[in-house]
Amino acid sequence: MHSIPGRRVIMALFLIFLLLPIYWLVNMSFKTNTEIVTTMTLWPHAPTLQHYKRIFTDESWYSGYINSLEYVVLNTIISIAVALPAAYAFSRYRFLGDKHLFFWLLSNRMAPAAVYALPFFNLYSAIGLFDTPWAVALAHCIFNVPLAVWILEGFVSGVPREIDETAFLDGYSFPRFFIKILVPLIASGIGVAAFFCFMFSWVELLLARTLTSVNAKPIAAVMTRTVSAAGMDWGLLAAAGVLTIIPGALVIWFVRNYIARGFALGRV
Amino acid sequence: MDKTINQKAWFLVLPVFLVVAFSAILPLMTVVNYSMQDTFGNNQFFWNGVGWFKELLDPSTDLGGRFLASLGRNLFFSGVILAIEVPLGIVVALSMPREGWSVAACLVILALPLLIPWNVVGTIWQIFGRPDIGLLGYVLNNIGINYNYVSNEIDAWVTVIVMDVWHWTSLVALLCYAGLKSIPDAYYQAAQIDGASRWAVFRAIQLPKMHRVLLIAVLLRFMDSFMIYTEPFVVTGGGPGNSTTFISIELVKIALGQFDLGKAAALSLVYNLIILIVCWVFYTVMTNAGTDRPAKEGAA
Repeated sequence: MHSIPGRRVIMALFLIFLLLPIYWLVNMSFKTNTEIVTTMTLWPHAPTLQHYKRIFTDESWYSGYINSLEYVVLNTIISIAVALPAAYAFSRYRFLGDKHLFFWLLSNRMAPAAVYALPFFNLYSAIGLFDTPWAVALAHCIFNVPLAVWILEGFVSGVPREIDETAFLDGYSFPRFFIKILVPLIASGIGVAAFFCFMFSWVELLLARTLTSVNAKPIAAVMTRTVSAAGMDWGLLAAAGVLTIIPGALVIWFVRNYIARGFALGRV
Repeated sequence: MDKTINQKAWFLVLPVFLVVAFSAILPLMTVVNYSMQDTFGNNQFFWNGVGWFKELLDPSTDLGGRFLASLGRNLFFSGVILAIEVPLGIVVALSMPREGWSVAACLVILALPLLIPWNVVGTIWQIFGRPDIGLLGYVLNNIGINYNYVSNEIDAWVTVIVMDVWHWTSLVALLCYAGLKSIPDAYYQAAQIDGASRWAVFRAIQLPKMHRVLLIAVLLRFMDSFMIYTEPFVVTGGGPGNSTTFISIELVKIALGQFDLGKAAALSLVYNLIILIVCWVFYTVMTNAGTDRPAKEGAA
């Protein structure tokens, strides 16, 4: 009763629709540029690894990946660390201005990055963080912290309050209760929140590009600049694109059992 | 389960408040400051009062015309993709396999487009849609449809919309799937005993249970499509002409392209205000929808 007639066909068609453009990208990345431009082939007839080789040996390319991962990891750690206590507070207590604060946080998740690009540029230049991973990591907090609070609040609310009370009766101090009892209980929620912080920080380009110039340039910006230099190097562009999909795919695999609940932000 | 009143909870919220205030309030103040001034370079600023705002809301000026045109395009875009993605997402969620390894496989493939950097999404569709090297463009042109998203406005629009459907329908589907999973089997058994039709099951059981997640889905999709920037920028660059120039693209053009700080700031504030209002409406609806579950009330 769960499903509808013809569901296998619908699902298969939809998955093909999702995978076909990705396949085309992968296909391109293994072709030589002559093959791309001169012929239309459904699979690489003369498969080559030259584009991948170039990315892994040219520092301006592979440092882009390292820079991106650096600020994404920093951002995920900061977001989760500050969001955990706040999520607990929102879930358990009522305090002055709580609803307004929650709405204000949520509204920041929705604020367009384009609005903040220029002020962020001024702000981080003024405090000397421009062109460091910290600038991007902090800038991405504007949408990731509210999201992390929102997700974690849902998961904390799923933990019965009796557990807190029992722990306090047993003489646990608040920090000890938090680390020893609460965090393990919502471990899957933390995983999901971390997944989302990783995801949104990884996919964002506008702020990351605006806040960096040379030293911390993310891979996405490397792709937009290098490629247009001497005509279109389609094969290289495709190979770089394929490599940006891999971290995401790995992360999905780890949280696959929680994806559905996570996407509902812990609120099902 | 009533929440206890405890003002000390503010200490727990303080770190979040500080981090977000640093990233949100400080820059926003800069924007407010700029929006009231005019600049002729060299860091010289002149007081302009509400001049930019007046210009912005007056369609006869250059700024106002561009703003209102891009706002219209953006609203149309959001409307179209919501009309496609929400029903399609529900259908896909209902089509999910029930058990076994195929569930995990489908979930992973569904989530894949969501984790691709936005500019790469643009690149993928650029490569896929080009008439000379792209599979889609090549096939379409060879079966006699003249398709070229670089020069034809309608083709550009179709490409941007299909790209967004490709990119984000999974989000709606995964949210709905999460909602469907929470329905106990007993509901379906009861429906079977009553001899309910497939449609009745959907209307009376599945849709109400998906109500909350659908609201989240519509909220997220509306907001994200309303501030879309990277994907259309990579694929069409806002063109041909201005036909796919959305508000964010217009804003970045004015702010970082022309360095017209005053205009850009005024546009930013109005843009933010629209988002804030829509967000508030959704938030209120969502909080009210949650009142049947008191545990979530207030914070959810």
